[in-house]
Amino acid sequence: MLETTGLTAFYGDFQALFGIDVRMQQGETIAMIGANGAGKSTFLRAITGLLPTRREQVTFEGRPIGGLPADVIVKLGIAMVPEGRRLFPSLTVEENLLIGAYGRRTGPWSLDRIYQLFPVLEERRSSPGTALSGGQQQMVAIGRALMANPSLLLCDELSLGLAPIVIREIYRSLAQITAEGMTVLVVEQDINQALAVASRVYCLQEGRVTLEGRPTELTREQIGRAYFGA
Amino acid sequence: MIAALPTYRVERGTTASRIGTILGVVLLALLIALPFLTGRATLRLAIEIFAYLTLAQMWNLLAGYAGLVSVGQQAFVGFGGYMLFALVLFLGLNPLLALPVAGVLTAAVAVPTAFVVFRLRGAYFAIGTWVVAEVYRLSFAQVSALGGGSGMSLPAAAVRGIAADAQLRESIIYWVALAVALLALATVYLLLRSRWGLALTAIRDSEPAAESVGVDNDRTKLVVYLVVAAVTGVTGALIFLQKLRIAPDAAFSVNDWTAFVIFMTVIGGIGRIEGPIVGTLVFFVLRALFADYGAWYLMLLGLVAVAVMLVAPKGLWGYVADRFALQLFPVQRRVRLLEEPRA
Repeated sequence: MLETTGLTAFYGDFQALFGIDVRMQQGETIAMIGANGAGKSTFLRAITGLLPTRREQVTFEGRPIGGLPADVIVKLGIAMVPEGRRLFPSLTVEENLLIGAYGRRTGPWSLDRIYQLFPVLEERRSSPGTALSGGQQQMVAIGRALMANPSLLLCDELSLGLAPIVIREIYRSLAQITAEGMTVLVVEQDINQALAVASRVYCLQEGRVTLEGRPTELTREQIGRAYFGA
Repeated sequence: MIAALPTYRVERGTTASRIGTILGVVLLALLIALPFLTGRATLRLAIEIFAYLTLAQMWNLLAGYAGLVSVGQQAFVGFGGYMLFALVLFLGLNPLLALPVAGVLTAAVAVPTAFVVFRLRGAYFAIGTWVVAEVYRLSFAQVSALGGGSGMSLPAAAVRGIAADAQLRESIIYWVALAVALLALATVYLLLRSRWGLALTAIRDSEPAAESVGVDNDRTKLVVYLVVAAVTGVTGALIFLQKLRIAPDAAFSVNDWTAFVIFMTVIGGIGRIEGPIVGTLVFFVLRALFADYGAWYLMLLGLVAVAVMLVAPKGLWGYVADRFALQLFPVQRRVRLLEEPRA
């Protein structure tokens, strides 16, 4: 459903991605791992239209989408849970969720379904989004992305800055989401979390794919080498 | 962990906003009855206040909510004014009917204008809008059918078309000005409470984040720009309907139609509906007291602006509202602490 071919990305003169080839099938959960600065977030920014790319370098459901404006890409069905949550401080929890549905795509996800998935958010629906704990904010960010009724969900560093017990809770809900057939791309520094949910994994290092495979078929050494370049 | 967090309730309406509603109804009744209570001089002043109130409310929507700091709104004031004269003169339209038509035409001309100025951002946008307004002024000065550089007057026959009696005429223009001001207020209020308001708030919080959740930032801003242009155009038509005379320098004055309007909005409190109302009233009080002092008066305005910026950067209303948690128009989401956080 999503395919990148020779995806490159630049920050000014600095080249951050050197020809990334990634292929995702409908219903898959892909993990993209890599150290800080490996290009994981850049990869997501390039797919979601936040960084300019060549049109044919990204195709989604058979359609070239590279470099389209970010809001258009959301309307085509790619939603992102951004790194650091990025909730809107002036909006309440419920309003943060509602604005996720701004593109008016239809699908299974509604406010009620999000509250079913994260009951705590319903209790706190009228609180300002930023008054919540880190884990609850992450739930709002996930809910906001789901409200767009995407066919592909991108998650950037879900575990960042959260306590281990909260991380487990967040990943449990992610498993629920994938169980319903959602295609998910998880970008993580936390290798163990990522490998536990993924059916396939890509490892990035300095803007290049250094390893690709099924978590069950990869050895610790292979991953370590691909991750650290040791 | 959750128990340690304070409990909040977020509400839009506040006690102040409910008292405000009651006071508002009384005030509205008084305002509607005003032509029966006072003479023409007061009515004229009131018309001017309503016109400025509308312009300030629109500039606030544009700059305070959509982040489009325009220094060229006089383009739409002047264009609206000239359209009124053109419609009355060339098509024989009744001046009152010409008002909304002038608004529509102003919105139409704002489309190509936006095409030019939307390529610019921030300070460049501000200067760009000013340059465009100057182009408008110079262009209208070339149209000899509209009086060229020296301008023209509205024909007496057309003026009598509103009402034969001068007192009644002034009253009608007053009611229209009141209606336009209320309409502008309602437009801003409803816009902010709609899906668009949610998007505008998100854009104000963070443009990239808003775009990433599917908000089309440019389109949202364009809609605001066009709505503001239309209402500004109607107001311009109204201003020159009262003056009965129009000339390029007066119609496209950056001082009268943008600088004063920015002053009112910023002094009152930008990004709040109440701000322009407070700012307009403060401006007119200052003018009534000090306008006779000429250059000193303008320096005083500058001093007041600097002082407010230093002491209360959120404007007078922002200062009062933060201090006493006041809100007359419940569009902002208010967070109320229900109980103290348990340690």
